[in-house]
Amino acid sequence: MKPPPFDYQLADSVSQALDLYARSEGDALWLAGGHSIVPSLALRLQAPSLLIDISRLPELMGITLTEEGLRIGALATHAQILSDPLVRTHAPLLSEAAAHVAHPAIRNRATFGGNLVLADPASEFPAVVRCLDAVFDIVGPEGARQVGVEDFFLDLFTTALEPGEILRSVLIPPAPASLRCGFDELARRHGDFAMVGAAVWLVVAEGVTTEARICFHSVGPTPMRATLVEEALRGRPLAADEINAAQAVLGNDLDPADDVTLPGATRLHLARVLLGRILHRLAGQTAMETAA
Amino acid sequence: MTLPLHLTVNGQSVAEHVEPRTSLADFLRDRLRLTGTHLGCEMGVCGACLVLLDGKPVHGCLVLAVQAAGSEVQTIEGLAESGALADLQRAFHERNALQCGYCTPGMLITAHSLLETTPAPDRGEIRTALSGNFCRCTGYESIVDAIAVTIERRAEGAGA
Repeated sequence: MKPPPFDYQLADSVSQALDLYARSEGDALWLAGGHSIVPSLALRLQAPSLLIDISRLPELMGITLTEEGLRIGALATHAQILSDPLVRTHAPLLSEAAAHVAHPAIRNRATFGGNLVLADPASEFPAVVRCLDAVFDIVGPEGARQVGVEDFFLDLFTTALEPGEILRSVLIPPAPASLRCGFDELARRHGDFAMVGAAVWLVVAEGVTTEARICFHSVGPTPMRATLVEEALRGRPLAADEINAAQAVLGNDLDPADDVTLPGATRLHLARVLLGRILHRLAGQTAMETAA
Repeated sequence: MTLPLHLTVNGQSVAEHVEPRTSLADFLRDRLRLTGTHLGCEMGVCGACLVLLDGKPVHGCLVLAVQAAGSEVQTIEGLAESGALADLQRAFHERNALQCGYCTPGMLITAHSLLETTPAPDRGEIRTALSGNFCRCTGYESIVDAIAVTIERRAEGAGA
């Protein structure tokens, strides 16, 4: 199908983009990589009067290491996330997950920021950035504001981003020493949307888990933190018995609904299998070298 | 509303006017008559519409033509005429790696790009690279064969 007609403006600064949006009286959408917007227009799920192209704004580009952490511009492509050496060193969970996001040609064009603001519950990056305690740098008509990830993903395809605001970049706080992290997912075919996926972030000192963040995707309306599993791991050795105990409580954290592709109980079972696999892998791994 | 559009297609400078809603694939096919870029799903799933945009494979159906302004586009026609794909095309023919041929331009663009970026991919890597290209005829095995044999031949050629 073809999209309905719309106007198009290429913005050359954030302030110009915000002005264009203000003049559209809310009847405009941002366009960057276009890999969610363009199909949704072709399927006629949306019909804005104007697309404002923000894909060439320098303020949204670049991956840089700062004192506050790793700052990733919203226009970074999935391919950049996959191959960027700074991401690989300072946010390896993201590089690991990027290999599972869609297919190579999609990754060349689709943007990290676009993926996050779409907030597809089946998508990998939202779960990973929740695990990494990311901070969203948002700019709008009232100026800039920072939103922590715990306040960002609100519901199915719904974030704290207000209409007319732009996600400029995402800050990943520095990785602590003795961090062990891993991402994996179960999909019918590589690159397909996962039946379930999980990002695990553990600080393990002398064999004992001191901090834990675990976040799943494809099991609820948002990326889902497994806080009871985290609690079950914290303060205990990362070993087989504790991993079994953690798997056992996952059913209290997650309650996936039945849908056309899978019964909820199957999805929960798969989540439990995946959790066990990642935790066993991390138990056998020595702490990653942090760049401190 | 139409907008001026300047870009380079297969090495030639192009100046046209397009409606913003025109996809790059529709622009190439309908305006430039480069019909080797095929349209299957028009939602970024099937991979029949792949073109090289500034050297990288992208879905022509997901890029608006206006967003390609100033870019360098290479289509299957440009790549085939340059001879860059000749050995891949021959191997696809020999191995029956196509039946209806609808997916072939996208398959060739993916294969070409894989061989440019990965020196000696194994069959697993070839399959992963092809994961975004649908073929409803061959069952993929012969396509993987054709790419694998091209890799062998290029290695022999380079060693000779």
